[in-house]
Amino acid sequence: MSDAPDPRPRPAATGPIGKSPAAKSPAVKFEPWHDPAAKPYIRIEKVTKRFGDFTAVDNVSLSIYRGEFFSLLGGSGSGKTTLLRMLAGFEQPTEGRIFIDGVDMAGIPPYDRPVNMMFQSYALFPHMTVENNVAFGLRQDGVPKDEIRTRVAEMLELVKLTPFAKRKPHQLSGGQRQRVALARSLVKKPKLLLLDEPLGALDKRLREQTQFELVNIQEKLGVTFVVVTHDQEEAMTMSTRIAVMDHGAIAQVGTPTEIYEYPNSRFTAEFIGSVNMFEGNIVESEPDHSLIRSAEAGCDLYVTHTAHLAAGSHCWVAIRPEKVSITKEKPAEADGGRNVTRGVVREIAYLGDISIYQIDLASGKRVRATAPNVTRRTELPITWDDEVWLSWRPFAGVVLTD
Amino acid sequence: MPVPPPSAAPQPSAVPPSVAPRTLKDRVLRVTRRLGLTGRGGVILGPYAWLVLFFFIPFLIVLKISVAEPAVGIPPFTKLIEWVDGGLDVHIRFSGFQALFDDDLYVLAYLNSLKIAFVSTLCCLFIGYPMAYAIATAPEKRRGPLLMLIILPFWTSFLIRVYAWMSILKDEGLLNNLLLSLGIIHEPLKILYTDLAVYIGITYSYLPFMILPLYATLEKMDHTLLEAAADLGAKPWKAFLTITLPLSLPGIVAGSLLVFIPAVGEFVIPSLLGGSDTLMIGRELWNLFFNSRDWPSASAVAIALLAFLVGPIMIFQHFQGRDQDKGAAR
Repeated sequence: MSDAPDPRPRPAATGPIGKSPAAKSPAVKFEPWHDPAAKPYIRIEKVTKRFGDFTAVDNVSLSIYRGEFFSLLGGSGSGKTTLLRMLAGFEQPTEGRIFIDGVDMAGIPPYDRPVNMMFQSYALFPHMTVENNVAFGLRQDGVPKDEIRTRVAEMLELVKLTPFAKRKPHQLSGGQRQRVALARSLVKKPKLLLLDEPLGALDKRLREQTQFELVNIQEKLGVTFVVVTHDQEEAMTMSTRIAVMDHGAIAQVGTPTEIYEYPNSRFTAEFIGSVNMFEGNIVESEPDHSLIRSAEAGCDLYVTHTAHLAAGSHCWVAIRPEKVSITKEKPAEADGGRNVTRGVVREIAYLGDISIYQIDLASGKRVRATAPNVTRRTELPITWDDEVWLSWRPFAGVVLTD
Repeated sequence: MPVPPPSAAPQPSAVPPSVAPRTLKDRVLRVTRRLGLTGRGGVILGPYAWLVLFFFIPFLIVLKISVAEPAVGIPPFTKLIEWVDGGLDVHIRFSGFQALFDDDLYVLAYLNSLKIAFVSTLCCLFIGYPMAYAIATAPEKRRGPLLMLIILPFWTSFLIRVYAWMSILKDEGLLNNLLLSLGIIHEPLKILYTDLAVYIGITYSYLPFMILPLYATLEKMDHTLLEAAADLGAKPWKAFLTITLPLSLPGIVAGSLLVFIPAVGEFVIPSLLGGSDTLMIGRELWNLFFNSRDWPSASAVAIALLAFLVGPIMIFQHFQGRDQDKGAAR
């Protein structure tokens, strides 16, 4: 791991990647998107891309800043790859404009853009050795031979592939190929690297390990990364910010914490992690809280998060499973029957570190709650068909309207 | 790891050993098993039998004739093995092969055939590559019809197509009339019965054999490789030279050999389109067989031609094998 201080805040709860506290410099916050003076490195302005009748990207505007690790997250067909390909220059926007470093990219072919891309399939040249694959980009620029040799060697060192320099791609494992692709796309020292599902073809263990490496390399070289992924966990652990995409449009942009804790729509809430969604009507809407009556939940929901909605309007309250506590006794702090409901345990999935409980409420609504297994399995107090109390704190819920 | 051989035969235990096979199927299976034939062996047997019957045996016959001596009679050559006075008499004469070197006509004909075949192959490559590339990069639904157009000439007899060229290329033919009427030339061009006509004929006839293998390699090429090259700063022509061209090499080799090998022994095109001085080994072979009725010499010419062509065929095999290795490794 690099010794460089991590310039950005990483939510400790969201994943395995995060520097030790000693290496962190908490004073420096990397949040250029909150700085009105910061100039975005990439500006996407009202970009739309149509293929015939199909709108792949629908009126997208985004600003991405230098040094960011920015993820485009979405399911298949959400337009994330098309957006990336427009940044690379393989597709031209039907409408709208893209600026990279202040330069309008309209009509600039891929080979003249200050951008490199790592392809999902890696697209390694099968007839060239690892070394020649990495050297390819430098040869195109007419870099002197000696310099090519040293830079290729440095790059292979960085991705730990020096012993494989003379091999052909088909003699490498999937993980090694991925690293060749990374080395090849970084050797030209691009200011911006586009990565299309960089870890998609790797197995789970290798993926987690490579996430570390990607982040380290990105920090070491100070390159701006724009990553396309469908894997929300991957996006959460690596990104400075995430843009969640749905049907060609951006559903939400924010840091991993913002996206997870404060989703702005049911789509985002359900796409990232799992969530319990209670349908109801607003009873009280005050600046510091909302009260929602929900027949589905079987109780009133008191939420400190306010949606500025008129009383009586229809809404949903999203509560994450880990914020629901599950007890056999009625919780003491039960506040006038708010945020407390009862149900029967139907399913328990024991995952080792945590257990997932599926609880049926009186309304028939199935609720998901997770609890860490702080005691041993055999001493687990709650079991199938137990009647239990579910409760959550006022800050747990998020009020959503669509 | 030992893998049980795939077998179409039922388990031997299914047939009790004491009971004689009743059906024909059982009997056939028993015989094939006894011969050590598994299902896979049986499948391969077909092509092998075909090759032995229609290639290897005829080749042995030709080889046998090539070491006999010409004789008046039917067949017009001496017997290889004869019973004379109760003893076995073996006649092996190399006079047929001797003639190849005695008369430089044959050496010249060989060389000229190689030259014509080589130039025609190059022409096919230069015309065929852009065509194959255009088809391979065309929208998917248009590729089928375009390929059909390449194959369409095969629906007309080869001879008729060569005759058509005669009427195009002759002094008062379509081409000369067109050029004369346009005022580009004032005297008819002498094309028919020259080497040029032979080049045109061979290039035209064998072009599909160049295009099809080229198309096959170009079509399966991963398009993202070109995108990757462009992304790394390669302009389109540079990407073509460094990526497309080397990766289509197996197609180039296959197409070139498919054109070159039959073109060397081509007989019909030089006889119909070529002049009397167009020396090609196929024609000399025909002359020896049918005019001189010297079957041993003609067979010797054929054997020598085969020997010449084994080289290119082996190169072809080498490339094919390499390609398959790569495919297997993936």
